Formats: sequence, structure tokens, C-alpha cells
Amino acid sequence: MTKSKDKPRKQLLRGTEAVGEAAIRAGCRFYAGYPITPQNELPEYMSRRMGELRAEHPEENPVFIQSESELSAINMLLGASVTGARCMTSSSSPGISLKQEGISFMAGMELPAVVVNIMRGGPGLGNIAPSQSDYYQATRGGGHGDYRTIVLAPATVQEMADLTYEAFDLADKYRNPVLVVGDGMMGQMMEPVIFREDQPMRLVAKLPPKPWALRGAKGRPSRFFRSLILPPHEMEEHNWRLYRKLQKIERKEPRAELVSVDDADFVVVAFGTAARIARSAVKRCRDKGLKVGLIRPITLWPYPSQVIRETADRGVQAFLSFEMNMGQMVDDVRLAVEGRAPVHFFGRPGGVVPTPVELAGVIRRIYNNPAKTM
Amino acid sequence: MAKATTSAKAAPAKKAPAPKAAAKKREFPAARPSTMKKAVMHYCPGCGHSVIHRLVAEVLQEKGLAEKTIGVPPAGCAVLAYFYFDVDMVEAAHGRACATATGIKRVLPNATVFSYQGDGDLAAIGTAELVHSANRGEKITVIFVNNAVYGMTGGQMAPTTMLGQKTTTSPFGRRAEFEGHPVRVCELLSGLDGVAYLERTKLNSPAGIKKTKKAIAKAFDIQEQGLGFSLVEILSACPTNWKMNPVQSWEWIENVMSKTFVPGVYKDVTARKDEEGGEDAD
Ligand SMILES: Cc1ncc(C[n+]2csc(CCOP(=O)(O)OP(=O)(O)O)c2C)c(N)n1
Ligand code: SF4
Ligand SMILES: [Mg+2]
Repeated sequence: MTKSKDKPRKQLLRGTEAVGEAAIRAGCRFYAGYPITPQNELPEYMSRRMGELRAEHPEENPVFIQSESELSAINMLLGASVTGARCMTSSSSPGISLKQEGISFMAGMELPAVVVNIMRGGPGLGNIAPSQSDYYQATRGGGHGDYRTIVLAPATVQEMADLTYEAFDLADKYRNPVLVVGDGMMGQMMEPVIFREDQPMRLVAKLPPKPWALRGAKGRPSRFFRSLILPPHEMEEHNWRLYRKLQKIERKEPRAELVSVDDADFVVVAFGTAARIARSAVKRCRDKGLKVGLIRPITLWPYPSQVIRETADRGVQAFLSFEMNMGQMVDDVRLAVEGRAPVHFFGRPGGVVPTPVELAGVIRRIYNNPAKTM
Repeated sequence: MAKATTSAKAAPAKKAPAPKAAAKKREFPAARPSTMKKAVMHYCPGCGHSVIHRLVAEVLQEKGLAEKTIGVPPAGCAVLAYFYFDVDMVEAAHGRACATATGIKRVLPNATVFSYQGDGDLAAIGTAELVHSANRGEKITVIFVNNAVYGMTGGQMAPTTMLGQKTTTSPFGRRAEFEGHPVRVCELLSGLDGVAYLERTKLNSPAGIKKTKKAIAKAFDIQEQGLGFSLVEILSACPTNWKMNPVQSWEWIENVMSKTFVPGVYKDVTARKDEEGGEDAD
């Protein structure tokens, strides 16, 4: 954004490293995780940086733990979070399934945490190729119970850094877990990254205090965090409280990038790696004179329904949800469009990454016959 | 650690004598320790949990640890422990208390962190978290309540259920060939280098209660000294699910449970090597 005199340094970083460095700068001092491809560079990076930081700033007490499982990692985060520490874990799809227990508990107890999912093909072990197969899991809460997590979907390495940095503020602000989702392509690719002046290294002592944290009941009455709320009326009240908070997030936090949407009569909706492909495909189509635009959700939850609906209201002929899965986000596009225009789907699951040429072909076919859903 | 100057008794020199307030309280043995809330417990008559709560609370008070303590109750009959302990607490998911306690202790190395777990919580669903926290030598204290059943969910078989013991899910009695043998947690953990203190006690007599308190106190001392992982396994009555009266349950602990789960100190890094190991004189 802004260029300063003591110009922030441009670094060439891998996606996973950008996430790790952003976390450190955001004041994350607790990382626990269990190895799984394609995100191993992130725990590796965290182990090194936490160690370096410990040498430089022992008073910051940076902690890295390679846990015995993802279950354990997320429940370690619960403990770290309840003390007020900024904390992060990361994994890939099968490991994220195991973390759902702790995510549900933290959502219920209103404990902040950042969880990174470098998604891979599934179900089951699937494969390690880039995929967006965990969209439903990420955006519907993921674990049991009535809750949602904020889900951030970067599309560049710079954005992996920016959104991870911001994820910690969002998690603290709403006292809710925040997911950052990418895929193996995003995790591995190297791009220049700049940490701006408004993204300084944040030391623990300078972070906003968390008056709710547990650190021992010195000079105050003891308090507790619980998950069990047996009387239905109390549980209902708790659910309402959470719901009101989530509603506020839905009002305030939806975010999307709009590319060539103003005059478009056909709009592609895509996030993450798929959005990168879509951007090229849209450009190809524009070069051929087709009025195609792109809406790129940056928050998958809360979903940028409003901007999609407004776009539909302006008389777009058709939408195309383009995903690297069998069609999950398309539901949200349809919910946003509410029948104002046909919503098509194109996707490749299993870790197959479609080319811009392939997608442009699909766009042209639908463009010429927008009413016919494929 | 609590530093006290009262000349309490001719206690062993290495034991920290109780602070003044606690010493005074001793004149009214039934008085509630300051580390317990004024609350009516939900435990069944004759249940070991309430006594164990009291012992832990007394130790925390007497050692002056309450203000820096964070406790981690389980899913299990003790799930509501935060209504009884007057210290900071955070409830863990079923079996994950050791992981959650690890997270707390690593961020707050000077805090006193304990988990309170049943046998199902600790030795079935939470085995991985237990073994690896112990192996990493996490400086936490685990209060392990072994009552040989799943109390909270209505008396199903636990990993610590005795051979032949009938439960709602072992209606013919536990059979080694199908259900396996009872899991001996102290023995299991004793080979791990991160473990500093392991003791098994039986809560079935005034002497056993005293001994249990001593073991709990020792475990917290070990934590305060930063020596590693400490765990006290307490053979504890569940009269309700054992379908016995309290007297019979105490006898069952004596005559059945403690034959498989032999009380004693299983590891103590502060002791000389020849003092350790299984059998207990009293
Ligand atoms: C994931 C999960 N599975 C199952 C349960 C149900 N559950 C609650 S407590 C418990 C076992 C309790 O037994 P134990 O740990 O021995 O404690 P006790 O009640 O005997 O003290 C079970 C199975 C749960 N809460 N969470
Ligand atoms: S069911 Fe058993 S363990 Fe639970 S409160 Fe009753 S006696 Fe205690
Ligand atoms: Mg039990």
C-alpha cells in the first residue's frame, strides 16, 4: 500500500512461510501442530522462528510444540488461548477433521485462535494436490453445534501474509476461531511479500489486554470457562448470545474483490487458487470482447452475499461458480442470487487444477447460452 | 512454594509447614478451605470425588498456590468441578485435559496447573494426550480418579474395570479375551523419562485419605520444583455404579481393586532409586 522512507523490505516467500512470518509479527507466541503434507513447511518455519524469537526475546516466551496429534494440538491451543496468548495451529484436510472437536469447544467458550487449513483432495486421505474440498466444512462451522468460524481465503502469497496477520485481530475482536484456508499450490508458491508499516512486529506486552483471560485468581475472584451448560434455558441463552455475535460478524466482515464487474453481463465467482485461474480466464474472455467479470470472495464466512445479490440486481445474465471441488460454494452463490439469474457450476475435484484456457472455454459456452444450466 | 514460619509440629524437615491460617483452621477440621466454594456438591453419597476435591483444595490452600492455580476438569462426574474449586478453571474436552493443561502451562510456566481426570477420560479416550504429556515432561499435576467405571454416563466398562467386574456394557463380567486386562496407568507411565512422580493411593480409610493428601501435596511440590510430570492415581469408590453401599465399596477397594492396582510410589525423582517401586508397606 503505502511506500515509506524506511521502506518495508520486499521478501520472496513461500505461502506457508508468509503465513508463519505474519503470525509471528501479529504476536502469535504459541504454535502447536502435527505434520501433514502439503503444509509441513509451516510448522517447520514456526519451530525455527519461535526458537529464534526465544533467543532474542525470552520474555516473550514463544512456544512451539509438535503435538502427538491434531486433536492434541487444538486442545493445547484451547489452553494457550484461555490464558490470553495469541495462538495458531495448522494442518491439511484430514488433520482439520480432527481439530473440529477443539474448534467447536473454542467457539462455544468464545476463545480466539487461528487455524490454517492447506486443503488437499479428499475424502479420506485423498491426495496432497491442491483442492478446495473443505469449503462446506470450513463455512458451516465444521464441528458439532451451532457456531461458525470466520474463514479467510487468500489468493496470493501477499494476501496469505495480510490475512493471517489480520486473522489474529479478528479472532481477538470477536473471541472466535478464525480459519485461513489455502491449498498446496498457495502454500508452495513463492511470491514477493511486503510487511507494511501498519503490520509491525507486535510484542506481547504491547498487545491489547484480555481481561477475560485465566492466569490465576490473584487479586480477583476466581473464574472459569466451561463448555457444559445443562439447563436448556441457559444453553439457549448462550446460543442466542453466540448467534448475535455471529450476526454482527455477518454484517461487518464480508469481503470480496470485484474484477471487471461493473459492466459485466456474466460473472464468475471463485476464491483462492481458483480465483487466480478465473482472473486469467476472465481476461482472455475480455480480450475476445466478452463482458465477463469476477467476484472473488475473500471471506468465505461471512459470505459476501450482499455484493453478489447487488450484482445480480444489476441484470447480470448468469453466474458461474468455479471451484476446485464438486460444487460446494455454488450453494452460497445460489442463496445470494436468490433466483435472480441462473447460477452455473464448473469445477475439477481431486487435486486437478484446471487451466485458464479450459475455464475460458466453459465461460464462452455458457456465455452464449446463459439460461441453460449445465 | 509456601514459606511458613509456624512451628506446626515435628514434621519432617523437608516438608513445608502449613501457613498460619491453615494451622488455625485445623482446630475446626470440617471448615471449608478457602480454595473451595460454598456449594452443595452433586456427588452421590460415598463417592470419592468429593473427598478428593477437598484434599486437592486443602493442598492448594496450605501451599499458598491458589492464586496462581489453573485447574482443568474433565468430562466425567467431576465435570462441574469449577462450581466447587475456588480457583481459575477451564473445562477440557473429554480426554484432552493433559493437552489443555500443556497449553496453559507452556504459556504460564510459573502457574500451578493441574488436571483432574477419571479413568475413562485419562486411560481410554485421553491415553495419547496423557502418555505424550508425561513423556514431554510437562510440569503439570494430574489427579487421576480411578473408580473402575464410567461414572457419569451410567456405569459402563472402563479401561480400569476389573476382570470379572459386571458393568452395563460388560454384563457377563469383564473377560480378558474380549475386553482385555485393566490398564495400570502408573506402571504404564513409569518407564517414561519425562515423568517425575507417580503414586497410587487408595481412598478407603482415614489412613488412605491422609496418604492420598500427602501424595497430592508431593505431586504439587514436584511441579513447583519444575522437576517434570506428576500424577497421583487414587482408587476411589463409585458406590452407585458398583451397586454397593459405601462400606462395601471401601472393602471392595481393599479386597479387589488394590490387588490389581497395587498402591505405592511408582516413580519419584527426588527419592533414592531403591526406595521406589510398587509395593507399599502400609
Ligand atoms: C467425545 C466424547 N465422548 C463421550 C462422552 C461421554 N462421556 C462423558 S464422561 C464419560 C466417561 C466418564 O468416565 P470417567 O472418565 O471414568 O469419569 P467418572 O465419571 O467415572 O469420574 C463419557 C464416555 C463425551 N463427553 N465426549
Ligand atoms: S456415579 Fe459414581 S463417580 Fe459419579 S458421582 Fe456417583 S458415585 Fe461418584
Ligand atoms: Mg471412572
